[in-house]
Amino acid sequence: MEFMPSLYSAAMRLTHNPSDAEDLVQETYLKAYRAYGGFKEGTYLKAWLYKILTNTFINSYRAKRRRPEESELDEVEDLYLYRRLAQSEAADAGYSAEDRALERITDTEVKQAIEALPESFRIPVILADVEGFSYKEIAEITDVPIGTVMSRLHRGRKALQKALAEYGMQRGLVVAEPGER
Amino acid sequence: MTAPIPQVDCSETVARLYEFLDGELTEDRRIAIENHLNFCPPCGSVVSFEAELRRVIADRARDHVPNQLRERIAAALAELSDEASA
Repeated sequence: MEFMPSLYSAAMRLTHNPSDAEDLVQETYLKAYRAYGGFKEGTYLKAWLYKILTNTFINSYRAKRRRPEESELDEVEDLYLYRRLAQSEAADAGYSAEDRALERITDTEVKQAIEALPESFRIPVILADVEGFSYKEIAEITDVPIGTVMSRLHRGRKALQKALAEYGMQRGLVVAEPGER
Repeated sequence: MTAPIPQVDCSETVARLYEFLDGELTEDRRIAIENHLNFCPPCGSVVSFEAELRRVIADRARDHVPNQLRERIAAALAELSDEASA
């Protein structure tokens, strides 16, 4: 059960609530156990558990309404957060403003920013950035071609940066637009 | 004779940033970007920021597993295994 903390965290990001997250993790373990008749340790165990978790989520837990996902993400420029932080007030202090601002991002902000992503972007972002799976592993877990994984990751990460920048703006850590000062 | 390492510029470094950080580039391209980073402080600063951001995200997106969930799953698995051996 060594992967339970990872699976539970992912389940929280997907379902947004502890009760559904607990049920989702339990169902994942039971399905895995039934399919295998036990757990064999191996490199692919973690990826396989994630495949069961994401499929179970998609089939039973997510809201029934289908959303037009791909069009839900606006185009975001490259290095969105970096460019805004580099110009923030803290840049005057002689430290690296960007790195100092990163230290002040809270757990809640990171979790909310991930949870705000549309599912088809959120799942690859969790798998890559939180869990460290490779593009190939993510393609296998989510049953999409590797090129699609790469483009969703790219767009999802930029949207995540934009959300984090917005939290930073609300707290006065980030300037609204580079070059405005 | 081996092929020379390709040269990359700032825009290609930014375009390949995620693949670089994800360890998904070919050896040649990875070395080319590392070479560029060695003499381009602005790109170096971008790459270290993005790497640090990745660490922050991975670190802060964790939830503590409730004890009762571990117990619940252990009990459910034990029941399954009893059924199997019955």
